[in-house]
Amino acid sequence: MSSLATGLKGRAELGVALLLGAVGVLVFLDANGLVTPYSQSDPVGPKTVPFIVSGLLIICAILLAINVLRGGKGEAEGGEDVDLAHPADWKTVLPLAGAFILNILLIDWAGWVISGTLLFWGSVLALGSRRYLRDGLISVALALATFYGFYLGLGIALPAGLLEGIL
Amino acid sequence: MDVWSSLMDGFATALTPMNLLFAVIGVLLGTAVGVLPGLGPAMTVALLLPVTAALEPTSAFIMFAGIYYGGMFGGSTTSILLNTPGESSSVVTAIEGNKMAKAGRAAQALATAAIGSFIAGTIGTALLAVFAPIVVQFAVSLGAPSYFAIMVLALLAVTAVLGSSRLRGFASLALGLAIGLVGIDSVTGQRRLTFGQPLLVDGLDIVVVAVAIFAVGEALWVAAHLRRTPLHVIPVGRPWMGKKDWQRSWKPWLRGTAFGFPFGALPAGGAEIPTFLSYVTEKRLSKHPEEFGKGAIEGVAGPEAANNAAAAGTLTPMLALGLPTNATAAVMLAAFTSYGIQPGPQLFSSQGPLVWALIASLFIGNFLLLLINLPLAPVWAKLLQLPRPYLYAGILFFATLGAYSVNLQAFDLVILLVLGALGFMMRRFGLPVLPLILGVILGPRIEGQLRKTLQLSAGDPAGLFSEPIAIVVYIIVAIILAWPFIYKLIRRNRPDKKPLLPANSGAADYSD
Repeated sequence: MSSLATGLKGRAELGVALLLGAVGVLVFLDANGLVTPYSQSDPVGPKTVPFIVSGLLIICAILLAINVLRGGKGEAEGGEDVDLAHPADWKTVLPLAGAFILNILLIDWAGWVISGTLLFWGSVLALGSRRYLRDGLISVALALATFYGFYLGLGIALPAGLLEGIL
Repeated sequence: MDVWSSLMDGFATALTPMNLLFAVIGVLLGTAVGVLPGLGPAMTVALLLPVTAALEPTSAFIMFAGIYYGGMFGGSTTSILLNTPGESSSVVTAIEGNKMAKAGRAAQALATAAIGSFIAGTIGTALLAVFAPIVVQFAVSLGAPSYFAIMVLALLAVTAVLGSSRLRGFASLALGLAIGLVGIDSVTGQRRLTFGQPLLVDGLDIVVVAVAIFAVGEALWVAAHLRRTPLHVIPVGRPWMGKKDWQRSWKPWLRGTAFGFPFGALPAGGAEIPTFLSYVTEKRLSKHPEEFGKGAIEGVAGPEAANNAAAAGTLTPMLALGLPTNATAAVMLAAFTSYGIQPGPQLFSSQGPLVWALIASLFIGNFLLLLINLPLAPVWAKLLQLPRPYLYAGILFFATLGAYSVNLQAFDLVILLVLGALGFMMRRFGLPVLPLILGVILGPRIEGQLRKTLQLSAGDPAGLFSEPIAIVVYIIVAIILAWPFIYKLIRRNRPDKKPLLPANSGAADYSD
């Protein structure tokens, strides 16, 4: 790997330190904003633990930043299907996240059967399957099966949405 | 209370046809998710939490017990047939197991793993049944200061002992504690970290957090690095062992059990250390040391037994103290809470029938695993051929469904995505997942004990040290925290030892 790429990789992990620090500050500010009178029955109060947590976050952020600048690197997680030899494949991840967001936007309005179908179909396509028709049929079947399974088996009524009255 | 008669009552409950059916479902489901990459028992139990809300708690826990042991069993199958262990606890099994499979001895490797798991699981569960009530007797005498200390110990030990980077472990723990703070403070009713968002007032649902970190984070992470060339799965027939294999296996099974249970039962539990110790021991004691590294059956039998005994051991602090030390136990603890059952030493007296039915179902689950899975091994191996787009799309689909069905709120799915992205980031930069989950689940309970302690001492911090057990525990905590420095001092005076395992034998994965 070229030195430039190594440098960039190191800088990316600084983002983790930044996130930890930001969450730490957020927790501190939030706890600081609480107004509580001292109470004999609760000497610790609701602020103490948030202060400790925010301190821990900020210390971790600083130590992590130092560690990364000194060349420390988190070990990316392996797994059965994980091939760390190639870089992160955003062309798969972003459409996948897109399918997920589409489902969030549609689920209450269009209903689970439609949004769930799109979620599964979109995910399968994003992950590289190219059997459009078979994938589509499986998606519809899954969404319908879970809809009725939850309704009849568990008494949980998932939203029917646009198909209200048909299902 | 008589252990034997309680256990028999437990068997009576667990052996009703309905509960037996749930045990079978649990065992099959657990093995399937253990075999499948990207899925693990912790995530499965989390996903099933909303689904099981309609069930009797006893039936639900019987199913969870099956998933817990089944997942362990499935994990070893994958590591033997694929050589890419999904769980940190089966890393060691993969070393010899996969070599055996490549040498055409997959059937024997699977058999020794399965029978060893059965024996270790049965002995481990028996030890659990004997020791848990003893631990409870000791624990009921403890006050809030000791509890607080023990919980701090469990959190720090899991964070500091496991994983490759302590710093990143603590970062993960801190994030988990912060997530656990969200919502109404139970003592004063103050809203913390809700940002004026009414939907956050009740806190983040543990189902949503666990599913986001385990399932969504994992699916996105694998999607980013999906292996384009499919892995070669070694074909296998029905597992069996010859006479010689039995002779070489039975001692490692028993030794592995002896390593596994105590380590699992410690607050810093986990199966990595005992499986590793078992491997090293078998290598030293073996009459065939030359076979190690080329597929020695002892190297599969010992660690696999240690792994299962540790799984049983982990349930001791979970049931007796309400202290989970692995991901599945943590989610099971959350399940107790969602049924309105208070975990802790009172559990055995307040929920006696449930706990004993759970323990009895562990025995049953173990037996079912042996009975069902020896003939089914070829089917499980086929499961590994499942096309990956379907597998990971399915994980996202069911994760969404599970998280949504808790409250039927689209807002929970937003949280699911945000925390899923966090899970992705943690995998990318080597932050272990387990400390975060434990932080979310134990954080609020630790805070409760801290406030109770100082309430008793009227705000005097000396109240933290008012019980002898608490002081002992703090000394252990101090040793754990100072360990890297002590270790450096020791090493400075000694020459370097060679590492006993290959350096890249698998990154620690706490998700399963």
